[in-house]
Amino acid sequence: MIRAPAEAAGRFLTTGNVFMYRYDAIDRQILKERVAQHRDQIERNLAGELSDDELRPMRLQNGLYIERHAPMLRVAIPYGQLSSAQLRKLAEISRRYDRRYGHFTTRHNLQFNWPKFEQTPDLLEELSTVDMHGIQSSGSCIRNITTDPFAGVAPDEREDPRPYCEIFRQWSTFHPEFTFLPRKFKIAISGSAEDRAIIRAHDLGLEIVKNPEDETGFRVFAGGGMGRAPMIGQIVRDFLPRRHALSYLEALLRVYNRYGRRDNLYKSRIKILVNSLGIREFTRRVEAEWAYLKDGPSTLTDADFDRFARCFTPPPYEILPEDTPSLTEEAEKNGAFAFWLKYNIFPHKIPGYAAVVLPLKAMGKPPGDITDIQMDGLADLAERFSFGELRVGHDQNLVLANVRRSDLFILWKALRPLGLSTPAAGLLPDMICCPGGDYCGLANARSLPLANAIQERFSNPARLRDIGKISLNVSGCVNSCGHHHVANIGILGVDKNAAEWYQVSLGGRQGNRATIGKIIGPAFTPKEIPDVIEALIDVYFENRTASECFIDTLERIGVEPFRARAYRGRDKSKLARIDNREPSNA
Amino acid sequence: MPEIIKNGQIVDDAWQVLRLKTDQPPESIELPPDAALFPVSVWKTRKPELLARLETTGVWLASHETPEDIAEDIAKFRIIGIDFPKFSDGRGYSSARLLRERFRFKGEIRAIGDVLRDQLFLMKRCGIDAYAIRPGKDVHAALAGLRGFSETYQGDVDQPRPLFLRRYA
Ligand code: SF4
Repeated sequence: MIRAPAEAAGRFLTTGNVFMYRYDAIDRQILKERVAQHRDQIERNLAGELSDDELRPMRLQNGLYIERHAPMLRVAIPYGQLSSAQLRKLAEISRRYDRRYGHFTTRHNLQFNWPKFEQTPDLLEELSTVDMHGIQSSGSCIRNITTDPFAGVAPDEREDPRPYCEIFRQWSTFHPEFTFLPRKFKIAISGSAEDRAIIRAHDLGLEIVKNPEDETGFRVFAGGGMGRAPMIGQIVRDFLPRRHALSYLEALLRVYNRYGRRDNLYKSRIKILVNSLGIREFTRRVEAEWAYLKDGPSTLTDADFDRFARCFTPPPYEILPEDTPSLTEEAEKNGAFAFWLKYNIFPHKIPGYAAVVLPLKAMGKPPGDITDIQMDGLADLAERFSFGELRVGHDQNLVLANVRRSDLFILWKALRPLGLSTPAAGLLPDMICCPGGDYCGLANARSLPLANAIQERFSNPARLRDIGKISLNVSGCVNSCGHHHVANIGILGVDKNAAEWYQVSLGGRQGNRATIGKIIGPAFTPKEIPDVIEALIDVYFENRTASECFIDTLERIGVEPFRARAYRGRDKSKLARIDNREPSNA
Repeated sequence: MPEIIKNGQIVDDAWQVLRLKTDQPPESIELPPDAALFPVSVWKTRKPELLARLETTGVWLASHETPEDIAEDIAKFRIIGIDFPKFSDGRGYSSARLLRERFRFKGEIRAIGDVLRDQLFLMKRCGIDAYAIRPGKDVHAALAGLRGFSETYQGDVDQPRPLFLRRYA
């Protein structure tokens, strides 16, 4: 464990005073009852009173999967906020119930891959001591709500999304009407000018906006999603006054619950309903339903919003100068530090502070994996440098959101022994990658060895800097947990004639201009993939202008030159043509 | 006599559920003389006969049917069934809420079909007040399913005010 002397920049050594939503007695009581309920269900299952099929949706809604090797437990990290105390507990649990590590997913979850089925009630009870759980992290229900990891600190923020996230967390937890939806339902909220939560690729996306009268409300997107038949969400309502948020969501979910398809697993997401009805008819039904619910008891007042906002009071920032000359000096002396500073620091709305991105993308390790030592170390560092609180991003990276700029050099030095000072955020090795065939029972192909092969091929820092900002994501099957659809270069594992193949798509992007990438052609063998990436990068190098990053060049010159180069010298007839519309084993 | 859960207790209950076989025309089936819940199609095609025996007549909604399908008749019934063909088919929860909250139905709403202990608490919150537990399951043990949580976050049929309104009162 890294525990520096208190005088070394540690100005906030506390465990109690954390600036995030804090459970009260009622939240704790509900969670306690949930743990007891799960324990009872597991016992009844083991006693043969509750069949596996009957248990299934309930264990899933506590985050418990039965996976390829063992049960897998998915812990929810509501809207991505995590305290040092919670992270320490996760480390402890990983030692006691798992193999001393956890895996961060793309949806504000941490997964344990090796718990024992019979032990999960104890594990959940242990988690509940730090107000954590696996509630609705899986199953056909409203899932854990996700948002921007820079919530509350981003300079381009219109309003902090976290109070709204908490309102929706409470509303969606054990919702009596929406616990058995046609399929999973994912909500993401963004409160800033630039969307960093990919709200347009969610079943429901909420963008906090202001109307001309300066009232706060939401632009409501529905029907986005990845997976099979990826789609960008469409606007259901351009401005929903915030006081109506709950009745409107209730109406929208009710339309989905009643009319979403239940006869075919592959057609049961809301995007299929939105598409088959058309956005106008879908909207008409939602608004018609809403007419009955509007102004009902769940209408929120300004006083309610203020109360939720007070759960997220800003930490006691110091008044600091904007400039930190010592940083520039250190950066001049130390190239590795300068590199980190350039890519892993995100601007902050308070002068003298920065948010720090910590990619969990160590070479040779599954992206998103974190060891118990790293968890403990980070919990300490969060206390020393960031008010005892961390964020989890959808890109499988962690964020220390409130670091004094003058502490960045010490922080960087402390991150190095933990292996958390590399790679650079946003560069090629900072991939999103799902666990794939090594762990996941649904996989068509492994994704981790492929991601590692790419990281190995592209490991020279100078070259990476030259390539610049690029997103490359890998999924092991069409469920797309690796978000490959919205990556500049997306890689999807497919399985044909019992062999692993990889389909490449180009041109995806996240953010306000979220786009689904297009598949360039037949799939490749795993060995070919690093060469294919190399070929794509070459086309970018040959064509880029001075200011362009990969996606800009791709957009300007089109996919064709990239496609041509990727297949140059390859016999297309030997590659695998895959029809993604065919249901596979996903 | 079969036992069901009603208003939080186990009671004997004689209501039957009439289910049509796929090739059975609702126009011509023989109506059982005793108290029964009829499919919507039977209610619609045999209304005059059934109106004459309303005391022993109820309807049940299949999961693809909605209260709107029987809107003008809802107030006539003492009892409306909601079918759960599979416990994981959640459409019945919306139907129950609509019956209570939109159509102000005051009679009994009975869950029929794949009705299991672990869903009772949710059903209750949506306005279902009688539960014909699936045959083969212990109805007495299932009673425990009504005792779920001491508090709930969102408004429902029993308690329309969400927790955030009550918590700080
Ligand atoms: S994308 Fe497929 S293989 Fe990867 S984690 Fe999701 S379900 Fe598993």
